Parts: sequence; C-alpha cells; structure tokens
Amino acid sequence: MADLKCTDLCMTFANQQTGAKVEALKDINFILKKGELLSVLGPSGCGKTTLLNMIAGFITPTSGQIVVGDRVIDGPGADRGMVFQQGALFEWLTVAKNVDFGLRMQGVSEAESRDQVEKWLATVGLQGFADTPTYQLSGGMQQRVALARCLVNDPDVILMDEPLGALDALTREKMQSLVLELWKKTGKTIIIITHSVEEALLLGERLFVMAPRPGRIHKEYQLPFAEWGLKRSLRDIKLEPEFSTVREEILTMIWNMEEEIMGGA
Amino acid sequence: MLDWLSDNRALVAAVIILCLVSSFFASIFYGLKQTRLREKDQVFGDPERTVGGWFWAVCGVSTLLLVWFYFSWGSARAFFPQAANELCQVAKLHEAVSPVTSSLAIESRYSKSKTLLVRNSRQLDELQARLPINVFSPADAARVTLVMQNTQQLISMMATPDFVDQQTIAQIQAIKAGYAAITNELANPKLGWTAAADALAQPSWGITEPEIPLLPVSAKGAMYDALARDAANISKDYLKIRNLAPAAKALIAETKGMIIALKKSSSIDDGDPQIVKERADYMKAVDRIFKRIDDGKIFPAVVMVEMQVAVQSMLDQAERSKGSLGIVEMLFFPAGDIVKSRTQCTEQGPGRWLPKPTDVVATFFALANPDVENGGGYKGTTLLWWKWLPISDVVSFVIPDALIDLLPGDYGRLNDDGRFEPNYKDWMLALAQGDVYLGVVPMLDGHIWDSLFRVLVAMFFGVLLGVPLGIYMGVSRFCKSFFDPMIELYRPVPPLAWAPLILTIFGIQDDGKIFLLFMVAFAIMVISARTGATGAQLSKIRASHSLGANDRQILRYVILPNALPEIMTGIRISIGVCWGTLVAAEMLAGTTGVGFIENVARTVSDYELIWVTILIMGSLGLIFDLMMRWVIGRLIPWRGKG
Repeated sequence: MADLKCTDLCMTFANQQTGAKVEALKDINFILKKGELLSVLGPSGCGKTTLLNMIAGFITPTSGQIVVGDRVIDGPGADRGMVFQQGALFEWLTVAKNVDFGLRMQGVSEAESRDQVEKWLATVGLQGFADTPTYQLSGGMQQRVALARCLVNDPDVILMDEPLGALDALTREKMQSLVLELWKKTGKTIIIITHSVEEALLLGERLFVMAPRPGRIHKEYQLPFAEWGLKRSLRDIKLEPEFSTVREEILTMIWNMEEEIMGGA
Repeated sequence: MLDWLSDNRALVAAVIILCLVSSFFASIFYGLKQTRLREKDQVFGDPERTVGGWFWAVCGVSTLLLVWFYFSWGSARAFFPQAANELCQVAKLHEAVSPVTSSLAIESRYSKSKTLLVRNSRQLDELQARLPINVFSPADAARVTLVMQNTQQLISMMATPDFVDQQTIAQIQAIKAGYAAITNELANPKLGWTAAADALAQPSWGITEPEIPLLPVSAKGAMYDALARDAANISKDYLKIRNLAPAAKALIAETKGMIIALKKSSSIDDGDPQIVKERADYMKAVDRIFKRIDDGKIFPAVVMVEMQVAVQSMLDQAERSKGSLGIVEMLFFPAGDIVKSRTQCTEQGPGRWLPKPTDVVATFFALANPDVENGGGYKGTTLLWWKWLPISDVVSFVIPDALIDLLPGDYGRLNDDGRFEPNYKDWMLALAQGDVYLGVVPMLDGHIWDSLFRVLVAMFFGVLLGVPLGIYMGVSRFCKSFFDPMIELYRPVPPLAWAPLILTIFGIQDDGKIFLLFMVAFAIMVISARTGATGAQLSKIRASHSLGANDRQILRYVILPNALPEIMTGIRISIGVCWGTLVAAEMLAGTTGVGFIENVARTVSDYELIWVTILIMGSLGLIFDLMMRWVIGRLIPWRGKG
C-alpha cells in the first residue's frame, strides 16, 4: 500500500538578482505503484533532479503534493532512501559504520544492527570489507556501500540520482545488474534518474521522458527489458531489435528537444 | 661531569666541530649517491622526488652549526685557545699608541692640527662678522677685535715650520726614536720573553668574566705586552709636548690679559641686564676659541710627518710580527676584532653578540639546574621542574570569594565572652581563599612550564568555546550574522595592540596573559570551525537526512567530523600564534616565563641568555608542531581523500 502519488506538482524558482521566474516543473501527475521501477530521462534542465529532490523532501514544491502510502511528504525521512552520484559516504567512518548509520541514528543497538549490516554487505558483494575505511574503496565499491546504507534502513522508496554516472563502462554494467537484482529481491519502489538512454531502458519498467521549459513529462513508456534483464545478460538485450528501435526513437526525441533549446537560445 | 665539560669547552667544541665537519661531508657524499640513484626513476617536478632525504637534513644542520661555530669564533677558541690572549696583547699596543694615532692622520683622514686650525679660523671669522657694536664702547670693540686678531695670529704662528723652537723639535725626535726602538724590537725579538706565573694561573678564554684573560700567557704575547707599556710611556711624553715658542707665550699672556680686562670693563652697560648678558656671551665665545689654541697643540704638518711615518712603520711592524697569529686572526676571527679598553679585552663583532654554541649549551644547563638555592634556574624559578602544588591553591583559583557571599546566612561574629567561633560560612570562605589544607599533588613548575601552561589553558578555552560557536555560525544564519561583526572587528587587531589594555584590566599575572591568548585562539578557532562546517558537501547532509538523522545528530555525527580537518589546522595555527603572542606579552610584563627571561637578558645585554631563550622558544614551537602533525595524521587519515 506504499504507492507514490504526485498530484499537480509545480516548482517555480525565482532568480535572486533579477527576480525572473523559471518554471522548473509544471503540472506533474503520476502514480507509482509499490514495487515499480521507474527511470527518468531527459535533456539537462528538464527538472529531473528537482523532481527527485521534491520526492526526497529536500525542497518543497510551489504547489501540488506528493503522497507516499497515506502520508503527505513535508520533509526528508528514512522512508525514502537516496543514492547520490558520488556516494556521499562519510569518509571518517568505516564501511560498516556507514551502512549502519541510519540504524544508529534511530537508536538501534550495535548488536542488533550487526546482522543487518552483514546481510546487506553480502547482498551488494562487499563481504569482508566491514572494517575498511571508505576512502580506500574504489568508486564502484563506494556506490555499493551507498546502496547497502540505503537498503539497511528498509525504505519504501529508493531514489537514485544518476547513481552510476561516475563509473567506468564495465563497472557500470555490473552495477546495473546489481540494481535489477536488488529490485527483484527487495521488491522496493525505485526511481532512477539517468543521462544514459540505454541505462534508462534497461533499468526502467516504466520510463518517463521529460521535456524542459517548463519541465514536464513528455512521454511515458512501459518496457519489458527490466524483466528480461533478471534472466538474461544485459548485453544480449541491447542487441535485440526491439531495444534498438525504442532507443533510436528516444534518442531522436531528446535530440530534437536539445535542438529546440539551442535554437531558441 | 658538567663542571668538567664547562671547564674544557675548547676541547669539547673541537671534538664537536670535527664531528660536524665529517657528518657534513659524509651526508653530502651519501646524498649525492642517493640522488644519482633516484634521478633515473623520477622526472623533475614529480612530488615523489621530495620524499625522504634525512641525509640532507643532517647536512643542513651540520652547515648551520658550523657557520654558527665559525662566526661566533667558537672554532677559533676550540683550535687556537691562546690566539685571543695574544691578540689581546696586540690590542694593548694599539690602545697604547691610540693618543698619538688619533692626533695624527693615521686613524682619521686629517691630523688633529689641521682640524683645530680650520675649525677655529672659521669660527673666528664668524664671530668677527657678528660683533655686536652696541654692547661695546668703541674702544672696547677695537680691543675685542684685536683679541681675535691675536688668536688668529697665534694659529698661523704655530702652523709655521720656522716658528717651532728647538726644544720641541728635540722632544719630537725623542718620541720618534722611542717608536723606532719598539719597531726594532718587534722586528728582531730578543729571546726570553716569558709569561709570569700569575698569568699562567688565569682561567682560559671564555670560562669566566671577563672572557679574555688579560695577562700574556705566551712569549709572543709577553713581547707585545711589554712593548705596549713602552709605547704607553711614549704616548704620555707625546701628550706633554707644546708648540709654544717664546713669541707665542708672550702673545698668549698679552691676549689673556686683554680678555680678562674686557670681561670686567663695562662702560656702557648702565646696568641693562640685556646688554650685560649679550656682552658676557660674546666674550665667552671669544675666550672659548682662545683657550682651544693657547695649549699649543697645533703643529706644522712638516714637523709631524716624520713622527707619523715612525708610528705607522711601528704599527706595520706590529702587524708583520704577528706571523702565524695574523693568519689565524684572518681565518678564524671573521668580521670583528679583539679590542682592549682600559681594564679588559673584549670581543667586538659577532664574537660579542653571537655567543659560541658551547657557551649557549653551558648557559642552558646552568638554567636547567633545578637547584635554585645553588645558582640553578633563573631569578628564583627553575627552567622546567616539578613541585608540590597544594590542592587548596587550585580550589581558591576556581572558586571566587564572592560566590561564598551568596550563600545563605551571615558570617560568624564575636562571642560575648570575647572568642570567635567560625560558622560554616566562615569555613567555606577559608576554603575559597585557599586557607584549608587539602593535601598536595605533584605539579610541573618553572619558566617553561609557566609559558606552556598559559598557552595550554588559553587553547583549552579557545577550542572549548570557539569550535561550538564556529560550527553554529556555519549552520545558522542568525549566529553567523550576529557574531560575525564582533569577531571580525577584534580579530584583525594584532594581539600586542590589545596587550596594554588587557594587562591593565586583568593584571600582569597569568589571568591577563591567558585572556590575551584566549582572544587569539578563540578567533582562529571560530573561523576555522566555521569554514569546516560550511564546507560540508550538500549531498552528505542530504544523505544523512534521508537516513533519518535529526538536526542534532547531523551536527554531531556529520558536520563536526567533516569540520575536523579544518579544526585541527586551526588548532595548529593558533598554537603557533599563541606562542608568539605569549612571548611578546611576557616581555611586556610578568615575573616568569621564557619571554620574561629574554626581557631581563635584553636589559643587561646578556647575549648568551637571549640566544638560549630564542632556542628554547624555537624548539618548543617545533615540538608543538610535530606533535600536531602526528595527531592530525592519526586522527584524520581521510584528509584530502574524501
């Protein structure tokens, strides 16, 4: 029953100096059922990250409301976990201390949290790294820690802001599989923002292509590739003609939007 | 042991210098070898090229110490302990002829005769030009003019070669002969110059005050010493010579009589005090010039030329006769001389203001001796030692007396039978005033500890109050804007500008200095904690919000550790600044502390002590910084890697 419901979301930013108003988002409406995997794609400036920040509760929408389950969102909370592009780990803590940060803040004793931490570290493939300082980890491993840190809190919704953007191609593919695996295993609602069309197709049961000025949902897709990805290799899926067709269609769409922005500017 | 080392400083220094020279060359050899090995692996500009290199540190320290030994004449004392004594004897000769050399054109550009002639003639002309006619009767005016003309004539007479009488010529010849004899003895020293027994019993160079033994201890020194005495007698004779032929004497007597008469006669003054004064002033000026001339110290240049040659050749010979001593002086006594003045020989030049390293160490050990009764410590306080600290002192420092006044009830009164029974409030007051014995604890003591204590207490409060305020200023708009003006207004003022004010308000004891240092540490800690707090990555803050942390938890578990590198850097900087400020503050006022020692040493020009304090301050600063670097390395290993 923890559906995510956005109703008439609008966000207007006022320029501090000129007072000119920019409509970052306008009239966003959608319902995300529990366990759905949504990827959001769009040219820069279309308000993807603003949308995510509003769902996370970091910024308050100018109008409209977001409801998770039956609760209206009015600030950040542990029910919506967030994964950032650069991990945002606490480098003064070890891997285990990073992972159980949320539990500690909620007063769970270390003895209780230890099993949880070990379980999630094993799930993301970091057994034996519990006592490693995080600044010694590679980028991919840091992202795994960030995932575990988010999952250990058992949130209703997981928000990912270009989580794999800073990784190399090979690590990225592995991490994509990991995200699908975690989605399947936990049944969480996940929203992923990405720049990569392929990644959006692979990691999106649903896919929003957003358009700028004002930021809005331009087109919505229902895609089968995430389901396929649970059973087949991602590289095979990319070779399917169906995949290529959708990819080219979306690429053209975004290309045209960018052209429009450039021409208009 | 220490006494033995102190008495054999020359030997100790010689050994140390040899060790330094060998470590200097060994480190260069080793360093060059290492450099050649590494050059193959690393290109220029690679930071790895600066890693390690302890051998160059050894080389640098050796160089520094060797330069110090050399310019402080420490190497001279180590290897040529007699040289200073011998140079002292040479200096005696120079001192003995100085009355002659200073009146001839040897030490100065012109002879004294020339200076006297030129200056007095000019002053006479000026005086004549402003003769005040209204204060002299015409007859007197004529006489005054005559006096001045006589004086001028006297000057001219003395400067004429023909005028000098035979007696004077003979005297000058005798002096010339005397110098020639000394020159001869210097050139052909007769054997058998020996040092006296009491001379050999003198302590050697640098052991006691005055530093350089006065009596000659070597044959060469004894020769210079004896000849210096001869030269001194000749100088006495020289000073007696007067260039006063009978004609000059007659002129002087006549003029003197006129001056006396003019001073007395007052035909037109009519008791006008203004005129009396003006006339007296003018006559005084005339008389002054006349008196400079009437002792016959002006000689014709021709007459003195031969004497000048004789003195000059004697001095040249004295220089040549030094022999090996001259070479030693040139090589090992850089940038200065040994000078004899009245009762002692002293080092002039770096030997004076740059004490020898071994002397500095000896002074340091004398200071470090904790036995204050027997000459240890400084001004009744040890350098760094320990003592029994009564706990009651601490209690009385912490509890203000006024706090006891606030307690309920009244202080005790006299009983009717004339006795006083203290009640509980009297006891509490006694406690707050430190009059109750509560036992003792061992505590560090001494000048260094006093300085350290001030810095540490100030740092403690600076960190305790500055870090929280800085953090809050980093996260709260109210805190930032409210406190920013206050801190930014007082922070840029140099601490020493505050010092007179603070010391007046809080007194010259520890409180004032601690408060001054606290001001310094507080401002730096606020700024650095604030920078650290505002430097937190937004995504980290957002992540912790999403993980369910509340505001206070974020402050404690995210913002504070995130600011820790900045805070540690702040502590490191403020310890350094506090240390510098403290020493200056102690120089302004106080009776203990390293800065106090230096201040006293400064007033008595005790250069050894000044250098000891400088070295103590430098070493303590270095130790502080090394400790902080170590702590930073242990505490924040993630620094620069986040």
